[in-house]
Amino acid sequence: MTDAVPKIRVRGLKKAFGEKAVLDGVDLDVMPGTSMVVIGGSGTGKSVLLKCILGLLDPDEGTIEIDGQNLLGMDSTARTAARAKIGMLFQNGALFDSLPVWENVAFGLFAQHRASRADGFRRAGEVLEQVGLSPSVGLLSPAELSGGMQKRVGLARAIAAQPDILFLDEPTTGLDPIMGAVIDGLIVDCVKKLGSTAVAITHDMASARRIGDRAAMLNKGRIVWSGPAEHLLDSGNPMVDQFAHGRRDGPIQMELRR
Amino acid sequence: MINPLDPLAALGRWMLGACETVGKITTFALAGLSHIVRPPFYGRLFGRAMLEIGYFSLPVVALTALFTGMVLALQSSTGLSRFSAETAMPTLVVLSITRELGPVLAGLMVAGRVGAAMAAEIGTMRVTDQIDALTTLSTNPMKYLVAPRLLAGIIALPLLVVVADILGVFGGFFVATVKLGFSAATYLSTTLTYMQTQDVVSGLTKAAVFGFLITLMGCYHGYNSRGGAQGVGAATTLAVVSASVLILAFDYLLSELFFVR
Repeated sequence: MTDAVPKIRVRGLKKAFGEKAVLDGVDLDVMPGTSMVVIGGSGTGKSVLLKCILGLLDPDEGTIEIDGQNLLGMDSTARTAARAKIGMLFQNGALFDSLPVWENVAFGLFAQHRASRADGFRRAGEVLEQVGLSPSVGLLSPAELSGGMQKRVGLARAIAAQPDILFLDEPTTGLDPIMGAVIDGLIVDCVKKLGSTAVAITHDMASARRIGDRAAMLNKGRIVWSGPAEHLLDSGNPMVDQFAHGRRDGPIQMELRR
Repeated sequence: MINPLDPLAALGRWMLGACETVGKITTFALAGLSHIVRPPFYGRLFGRAMLEIGYFSLPVVALTALFTGMVLALQSSTGLSRFSAETAMPTLVVLSITRELGPVLAGLMVAGRVGAAMAAEIGTMRVTDQIDALTTLSTNPMKYLVAPRLLAGIIALPLLVVVADILGVFGGFFVATVKLGFSAATYLSTTLTYMQTQDVVSGLTKAAVFGFLITLMGCYHGYNSRGGAQGVGAATTLAVVSASVLILAFDYLLSELFFVR
């Protein structure tokens, strides 16, 4: 047990949409400089958890602390400042169609650091190289990129402002296994180079073990297991075992609608 | 068994829903307007919106105004001839164009062209997480997406209506002089004698309000669209229909304000 303050501490987080409780008292600690992977089936609340931490959704109950400060008690200016520490890779890239790739990458620099366009262009080229793309890609439109390239550009945008915390929403979804491994490798390299704390949500077990130092499993709005990511395949927890090995029978029952 | 109070309950639910929607739109509008006057300002986005709403709408608004002025001259001439009042035709054309048809037709054309495109663009950004991405990049989506468009709508539509007024009157002048045998000098002097500043100012004020309504509906429905391509399609339709109805409703209200003593 360590006395260090977690970079991210979530306590008793609850969120419901109408009658449906999506998060039902989530507790989660992510220590500085580590990578946490949250796994769980579709509809278990992984994305809602991420959106609550990011401030995109307001939780019904609970606390979310970053560096010991409760985000939910802050005014909007302080929240914006806290959010500037965070980089986010969206599941589908969420690149801005109306802007060329380099402006997508430099967007956070313009918004957070008032960078000039020349500085933004130069920095975008550097970050694109960091994720294995030629700086000339910066002149293209996002619509001209393949799925793998869009993920790389999304990652470049997320790390361009050198965030303290990196959130990754299903980083390998929609990619072939080789490209998935490439993206995971880039994520690990970027996190190590920046010294950032990373939180990834995924249901890709190979990706979870490659990215994560630690892992937690979310089921029915609660964390049902947490431990080292390397133990995901032999955790001894029946739910994690069923999920990790993709078994149809087990304690997790998928809700099917007639 | 049907409860006799069911229709009343349904009406009550509808009324509550309508009140909720009006409240949401009002809150959205006030938030958008407040961001127009608070920094940071996005000049490039404002310029882009001005081009989209103003410059690229110019051909369709110009043609609509021109043909409306022409047909107005033709129809009013035949109608007024029944009372031997053909000489009132230039006055009728200029008042109709500047007070009503210029702003209303320009507004309806822009609602169809720009309102739909705006709702589709912002709606697509919503369903592809681009609006969430803006927030995570420390950028307020209301300030970045909505405020520049609202301001551009308020400024661009009156400019379009100035063009529509000129071309509408010219359309009437053209038909009157070429087809109906009016003297050009008489037509112009009658037009200038009976046209008052208030006629033009009221039309331009209406245009500014219509520009605000069109961009507000485009932004609001796009911003709140849900459910993928179908949701974006529905937002687009709602933006055009609601803007068109609001233009006609506010046209009446503003006419009462300006012209009824």
